[in-house]
Amino acid sequence: MQAHDGAPKIGVYICHCGLNIAGKIDVEQVVAFAATLPNVAVARDYRFMCSDPGQDLIRQDIDDGLVNRVVVASCSPLMHEATFRRATAAGGISPFFFQMASIREHVSWVTADQQDATEKAKALVAAAVRRVALHEPLERRQSPVLPDAMVVGAGIAGIHAALTMANAGKHVYLIERESTIGGHMARFDKTFPTLDCAACILTPKMSEVRANPNITLWTYADVVSVEGYTGNFTVRVRRRPRYVDEDLCTGCLACIDACINKKAKVPDEWNEGLSKRKPIYIPFPQATPPVVVVDPETCIWFKTGKCPRPCIDACERDAFDFEQQERIEEVKVGAIVLATGFKEFDATRIPAYGYGRYPNVYTSVEVERLVNATGPTQGEIVLRDGTRPQTVGIIHCVGSRDERYNAYCSRVCCMYSLKLAHLIRERSGAEVYDFYIDMRTAGKGYEEFYDKLMQEGTHFVRGRVAGVTDEATTPEEEGKLIVRAEDTLLGAARRIPVDMVVLAVGLEPQPDAQDVRRLFNIGCGAEGFFTERHPKLAPVSTFTDGIFLAGACQGPKDIPDSVAQAGAAAAEVLAMVDRGMVELEPSTAFIDPAACSGCRTCVGLCPFAAITFDHDRNVAEVNEVVCKGCGICVGACPTGAAQQHLFTDEEIFNEIEGVLAYV
Amino acid sequence: MSEPDETFEPRIVAFFCNWCTYTAADLAGISRMTYAPNVRVVRLMCSGRLDPQFVLAALRDGADGVLIGGCHPGDCHYQLGNYNAQRRVLLLKRMLRAMGIEDERVRLEWISAAEGEKVQRVCNEMTEQVRALGPLHLAAVPRREAS
Repeated sequence: MQAHDGAPKIGVYICHCGLNIAGKIDVEQVVAFAATLPNVAVARDYRFMCSDPGQDLIRQDIDDGLVNRVVVASCSPLMHEATFRRATAAGGISPFFFQMASIREHVSWVTADQQDATEKAKALVAAAVRRVALHEPLERRQSPVLPDAMVVGAGIAGIHAALTMANAGKHVYLIERESTIGGHMARFDKTFPTLDCAACILTPKMSEVRANPNITLWTYADVVSVEGYTGNFTVRVRRRPRYVDEDLCTGCLACIDACINKKAKVPDEWNEGLSKRKPIYIPFPQATPPVVVVDPETCIWFKTGKCPRPCIDACERDAFDFEQQERIEEVKVGAIVLATGFKEFDATRIPAYGYGRYPNVYTSVEVERLVNATGPTQGEIVLRDGTRPQTVGIIHCVGSRDERYNAYCSRVCCMYSLKLAHLIRERSGAEVYDFYIDMRTAGKGYEEFYDKLMQEGTHFVRGRVAGVTDEATTPEEEGKLIVRAEDTLLGAARRIPVDMVVLAVGLEPQPDAQDVRRLFNIGCGAEGFFTERHPKLAPVSTFTDGIFLAGACQGPKDIPDSVAQAGAAAAEVLAMVDRGMVELEPSTAFIDPAACSGCRTCVGLCPFAAITFDHDRNVAEVNEVVCKGCGICVGACPTGAAQQHLFTDEEIFNEIEGVLAYV
Repeated sequence: MSEPDETFEPRIVAFFCNWCTYTAADLAGISRMTYAPNVRVVRLMCSGRLDPQFVLAALRDGADGVLIGGCHPGDCHYQLGNYNAQRRVLLLKRMLRAMGIEDERVRLEWISAAEGEKVQRVCNEMTEQVRALGPLHLAAVPRREAS
């Protein structure tokens, strides 16, 4: 890389971004202004600087010896800084002889008045010009990537990501909070629109996870800390005690029969409380790993210390360990895929729909269990009193597309409601009324499925449901639940008596999504789902390098989309691991020993313990490999000995002068 | 205080952290949320990089107010930088008061990457607040000796 060659010759390139910038900012004025600034050798404008011809302008000017520093005034650096650094480097100078001015996100898109916008753009250009004159030719640090990977969450997305990487020969740690993998999909009977049996397509993948020697599966486990940086994370995982040795238990379930509790009394979470389980249980027959769990909250031994524990005697493998303690495992991985999923909207938050008040109002998840052959009723659609419903009303958008709860569309509810309508009709012969706002069936084969449902004779009522009541006003309504809805196609309010109401609950972020976000140092949007690095161009990356997203933790999505995203996330990890090294931003701190007073203020402030103190020389030193480039020490250094590459005091002072010089 | 001068356009320098507030400002842009053009943003990697001298330099160089934006407590990309920023700003405000500069001219806000709307609101509020305070008249001092 070339060092300074004399005085800076700055090239300023103003992007029109079509009309995104040029529609608000007088680009010609800004170019004319830029040309008058000190050290500016070239000032140009172009319709799309990020295009190949736009980048060629920069490369050519450097090549021709006109320019040795580059300023591009265009979009946010978070958008195209990497692009223009590459273009700068292509010209043969350090990519860090570049500075960006965000005149789109920070000016043209947010300013009402054209003259105001033009003046503000000039100020930002002036700041960048003053700053770039001081830039140094920095070297990017390279850091090796550890070969192993981690996937957090073992629903369909996590399983698919883990298998993809494991099949490519990488070792994967798959971490699941529940006692079995499978996630939400394992609780469904059928999947839309093909009506594939969910278990038939999922359980082979679950078995594959267990059989794959490249996967270390830890269920009943959660991540407690993440340290390090891209390519080199140290993750601590807590494995909660299940009081049964996973390696010994064969899943014969003899202990469950032997349990001192002859009757199952504990509401079974797997079946949404629609059935009971014992204190020792397995969530469902194909649970993976097929290992029982002892629930210490309800187990008599844990509650009273008095139980002959027939379970121990029943176990031929001697797998019980009532002394089992929580264990912390520490692993080192190069990259992490988060696939932590979603939770369903809590239907009790909408009292008008009567969930929790009327026994025959169900959530869609409960009905998923009811229609499931391995569910509490073996797939029979029966009400809580054991009778079969004659009429069923399905209410869409419960907790979705509603400013009071979640403004967004949960994307899957229309399709799963249609699926449930079909299954309910098929299994019970009931008349089904489907109350929807808009039918959203975008997806391969989805609209066709909707057509099929219409032909089957499902009654569709277009309009938001006002409420569900048991107050009958006519003899036909006696003993029924009455769905009160607007029918916007009829232009009338309707009351439709039904025996069973199904609430199509939306998808929400996991309740601990904020904690997980902090743990992995990534971002959440306003609604609480994890934020991708770019909605179009980096949909599975995050703002923390080396951490990727898959599935509904990033936003509501169906199974095909979750699987596709999981594959993409796995590909990103494989690319990183196979390359073997990552390039890190050079924006680390450094300390000038001649100016350091030895006060050690910085040593205590560094969150990453990257600063050590040299007692012989009485100065502090930054370990650049550990430094993450926050600049906290630099802001605190009383003598100015601590500085930050790309953000030196002088560079920032110059930028301040620049933004203020032309208001 | 005399009547605020309606024609006075305050000059405000903002220091936004790369991960939360700068990203929120980008979001405000993507969402086309119009706000006062008086605020000019200088990007720092972390609000913890804020050297109090940056604030003083901005005021000396002609700013009428300074806005600092960082991640919410507990959300700092570097764990603790925003707490450092908060302490520095608290101390600096006491200094400014002692020097006869209204401490309302300096404002620290926690703005997460999802809060584009807060960028809009805070920039507008800050502009109006500084407008009401009027121009900051400091004697012009050259930054450093000409080299």
